[in-house]
Amino acid sequence: MRDVAVVGFAQRQMQDFDGSPTCVELLVPLFAECYEQTGWTRRDVGFWCSGSSDYLAGRSFSFVQAVDAIGVIPPVNESHVEMDLAWAMYEAWLKIQTGEVDTALVYAFGKSSAGVLRRTLSLQLEPYTMTPIWPDTVSLAGLQARAGIDAGVWDERAMAEVANRSLTDAEKNEYAVRKGGSSVDELLARPVYADPLRKHDCAPVTDGAAALVLAAGDRAREVTDRPAWIRSLAHFVDPMSMGTRDLTRSPSAQRAGEACDLDGVEVAELHAPFSHQELVLRRELGLADDVRVNPSGGALTSNPMFSAGGIRIGEAARRIWSGEAARTLGHATSGPALQQNLVCVMGADH
Amino acid sequence: MGKQPAAVVGVGQTHHRAKREDVSMAGLCREAVDRALEDAGMTLDEVDAIVVGKAPDLFEGVMMPELFLAEALGAAGKPLLRVHTAGSVGGSTAIVAASLVQAGVHRKVLTVAYEKQSESNAMWALSVPIPFNMPVHAGAGGYFAPHVRSYIRRSGAPNHIGAIVAAKDRNNALKNPYAHLHNEGTTVESVLASQMLWDPIRYDETCPSSDGACALVIAAEDVAGASPNPAWIHGTVMRSEATTAAERDQVNPQASRDAAAALWEQAGITSPLDEIDVAEIYVPFSWFEPMWLESLGFADEGEGWRLTESGGTAMDGVLPVNCSGGVLSSNPIGASGMLRFGEAALQVRGAAGEHQVDGARKALGHAYGGGSQFFAMWVVGAEKPTH
Repeated sequence: MRDVAVVGFAQRQMQDFDGSPTCVELLVPLFAECYEQTGWTRRDVGFWCSGSSDYLAGRSFSFVQAVDAIGVIPPVNESHVEMDLAWAMYEAWLKIQTGEVDTALVYAFGKSSAGVLRRTLSLQLEPYTMTPIWPDTVSLAGLQARAGIDAGVWDERAMAEVANRSLTDAEKNEYAVRKGGSSVDELLARPVYADPLRKHDCAPVTDGAAALVLAAGDRAREVTDRPAWIRSLAHFVDPMSMGTRDLTRSPSAQRAGEACDLDGVEVAELHAPFSHQELVLRRELGLADDVRVNPSGGALTSNPMFSAGGIRIGEAARRIWSGEAARTLGHATSGPALQQNLVCVMGADH
Repeated sequence: MGKQPAAVVGVGQTHHRAKREDVSMAGLCREAVDRALEDAGMTLDEVDAIVVGKAPDLFEGVMMPELFLAEALGAAGKPLLRVHTAGSVGGSTAIVAASLVQAGVHRKVLTVAYEKQSESNAMWALSVPIPFNMPVHAGAGGYFAPHVRSYIRRSGAPNHIGAIVAAKDRNNALKNPYAHLHNEGTTVESVLASQMLWDPIRYDETCPSSDGACALVIAAEDVAGASPNPAWIHGTVMRSEATTAAERDQVNPQASRDAAAALWEQAGITSPLDEIDVAEIYVPFSWFEPMWLESLGFADEGEGWRLTESGGTAMDGVLPVNCSGGVLSSNPIGASGMLRFGEAALQVRGAAGEHQVDGARKALGHAYGGGSQFFAMWVVGAEKPTH
């Protein structure tokens, strides 16, 4: 395998992106930030890949005009996944592994506020028998949270502890759309929103976009003295079927963790849009108690669809660039109730 | 470390029809997957990873359908990727699947692309009004007709060239049991007598709307070496350009020319017309055959129609094009690109049945999408690449 590192990261997370519905205007300044971080121009980028969703955009081919943000005359080597940014990064990592290119810029975007997100996501379900009932994301997460409580795997206090820590950490994140911790008891006194979930147990509906830059070997060293080298990268998917899955578990997350070398991970940015899902992921990945989880505040404080998973990788990479940690983990999830999961472990050395 | 050798060792496709009411989306995909695995002599358990491709989700009305399909596709417990690059998606999906093997990450990768257009309404799905955008609700034919007209004006091609392509591809489709259209007795005259839809494109010069799927098994060198007839991948390429820009040449887009140049270089080909034995080119409207022949470098600019008119692209011509019947005879959009890639592989494996070109050793698979701005191509060969 070639040594490949994350060497650039730019993001926007906001409650409501009031502007271009194509997100092109949101992407242009993100690319500019990536060029500034790397000292590159767009001609230094060997491969481009984006992640987005037509249903979130409410139209077919939502990625087509986003490509215009790159400035694609002359043409570029480019692809798109109908998935989160983290999987776009995976495709770019593959492309670099083939030796065809040495550098890549990947990006993703989405305007969740344009529709009713929890209803839009119902369209991800099994279309012949399940979607017609319109079970929405928050209700399904509520079922999952209840399953864990009933099984004695976690309780409402443990969920509130996750939320309180996230809201407190988010105070230091300029991009977080929800922030400000108080106390676990205060959170537990708040009204229930989708029993047993309270609003702070659910990620806020968020608009946004993000970009990551990858580079191999010397190209990475040209950018920074301390690249976030990708030590391992793996992703798996579970069957969707909500009736036959053990909702307290996430076998694909466990498998992704096993496929990676998690020894020595100091910081883990976990993509958990619901508080109890952080508890599931912690257990499936077997993270030790001293691993610092979601110092950015995590998805509970801002969750822009289709970039929030990749943002976890960017946040984990930043901890390495800054010298704050030598080994970090970024995680992304997709599908209802942690169906699909990706783990990316990064290190200062390689 | 460079690219690892990879080859197609299994190809499967469905019978394409306007409506496959006998199967669900999962059933449709499995029909292609099961045939590809059988062809490869492999079971789902042996597959390391799965790559799914299809065109817009609005074509079936399911958001990210690969999630609900995961179990039926045998992806549960495995890595699953979903690619979407407009009409070129079938080709780019195969390329992403190939890169999993070429990168040395996996040894046996299954890829499937599909479209079940009858689940929804493609024309509606393409016509959602977007604020601040040009309303172009004329369908794909309405979008491409001016490009065809422009090509005719620039090249001085006579008006019947498109009909030659349509008659050829529809007759080729009679040899392909999987093709959607089996229109007996199609001639240049009958095509020219069909209704004008978007001048100069006539009804018989357009592709159908199909339900269908295609699947490929792509394997690493050691696995492919044990296969009786692997189709070795000699080159893959993807290029994209903008939808609209004043300087864009939509008749012969730069992304297409750049992609072809990069592809031939990768595959070590200096004279495409001499070295490629058979080509599956994405031709949804008949006139795109001469247009792409030029763009791909099989003919000089303005001369592509002469190659078509001479019979050079017929099954017994110098460059047989779309022996399967092509997109003109079956168009399950998301799968159409992979069908081109898969048919190219069948030809060099000597497994194309009645539409086999004798002695085909090197073949081109080609796909394009959007407003002629996304391109995906590959070259496969009967022999392992040497360079």
